[in-house]
Amino acid sequence: MKPAWFDYYAPRGLDEALHILGDAGQDGRVLAGGQSLMPMLNLRILSPAVIVDINRIAALNRLHAGPDGLTVGALVRHADLLRSPDVREGWPLLWEATTQVAHMAIRNRGTVCGSVAHNDPSAEHPSVLVTLGGTVVVAGLSGRRELPAEAFFTGMLSNALEPGEMVVEVRYPRQAAGTGTAFVEFARRLGDFAIAGAAAMLTMRDGVCKQAQLTIVGMGEGPFRVRAAEDMLTEQTLGRKESQHVFAAVAATAAAAVDPADDVHASSAYRRHLAGVMVAQALETALVRAGGQHLG
Amino acid sequence: MAREQPIKVTVNGRTYEKIVPVRLSLADFLRDHLHLTGTHIGCEHGVCGACTISMNGRSARSCLTLAVQADGAEIVTIEGLRAEDGRRHPMQQFFLENFALQCGYCTPGMLMTAIELLRDNPKPTEHEVREAISGNLCRCSGYQAIVDAILAAAGKELA
Repeated sequence: MKPAWFDYYAPRGLDEALHILGDAGQDGRVLAGGQSLMPMLNLRILSPAVIVDINRIAALNRLHAGPDGLTVGALVRHADLLRSPDVREGWPLLWEATTQVAHMAIRNRGTVCGSVAHNDPSAEHPSVLVTLGGTVVVAGLSGRRELPAEAFFTGMLSNALEPGEMVVEVRYPRQAAGTGTAFVEFARRLGDFAIAGAAAMLTMRDGVCKQAQLTIVGMGEGPFRVRAAEDMLTEQTLGRKESQHVFAAVAATAAAAVDPADDVHASSAYRRHLAGVMVAQALETALVRAGGQHLG
Repeated sequence: MAREQPIKVTVNGRTYEKIVPVRLSLADFLRDHLHLTGTHIGCEHGVCGACTISMNGRSARSCLTLAVQADGAEIVTIEGLRAEDGRRHPMQQFFLENFALQCGYCTPGMLMTAIELLRDNPKPTEHEVREAISGNLCRCSGYQAIVDAILAAAGKELA
């Protein structure tokens, strides 16, 4: 037997789940796709006393694209997003990042909300949610709260959930006209944890960048939004000539802003270098997709 | 709270009713309780892909799924690939003809992954094949022959 003993509950309704979670407090964990929690149980990194399996709560399996945005319920799997033409068309950054989540068998089971709640520094979904200015909806016995993505992520493998609370859905706003996005990451093996990555969103009008959002993946503390770089891009004219110059400067600023640790996969200096490379690649691709590049 | 729960699960077309510990993985359930040892266990934390099975028509890591979560599910393992008359599944035949196994440890997971790939994408490029099996580690590093086998099967009748 790999995991330590736990009490297992598989409620059919959200209220019941929240009651069990509320009673369990610090000792409770939500099991959705299990692609992060189960390894931690098997390795006994975690040994919660109570597991609340939410897979039988049909109401949480909701993927809805409306005029206001996209709602992704706590049971929506990565593979569900990839099969959605609405997501591919309306939220291309989310779609592109999801294609890079682990492997097929993991994408079939793992959930978007689970990845958000887990907040692995190498994971795609936290950075996408921050870049798109999304919202995390959490619920507990005392009610619901809506948190802006940046307020939800509080450091490596940490989030703003109180004991007894769970993520019930995440929401992504629609992107403005003239927006281009890109998600790039680098790993030694396809689908592995990214050593570094970047998510970029550029909103262009008449060749000028009106809004820039830039987030770096894999630097140790979860999604790292590079505000200094965003400021450098905003109100910049980004033609072919200027953009190369501007993006090189932005990449240098971004690389200087991160402070990755050495680990077995990569040295700090290499991660920092890669962060700059990923930022430049993401910005170049986002600009082309925004249609804002003057080809002259 | 009971530490054991009854489950009813269909594996390779046969329905089983068993009482299992809640912390038992689906992989251990298949191997130790049903004696279907074709599903291999490698890393037990979702990295190696050896334990890949089909759950309700989609591939899944059986080491990252609890047996109690399979209550009501339809599971297909490597043992379920053979036809009723004992003939190999076409993908197994392509693996055999292309020498796509050495020690055989990764083979069950590779087959389950390859079959799902060609179901979703009947004519993948070599890159798509390599991407699809990137979550299945071959300790013999015999990837080329595995890629050859899957490409040979592409576009063929696999039912």
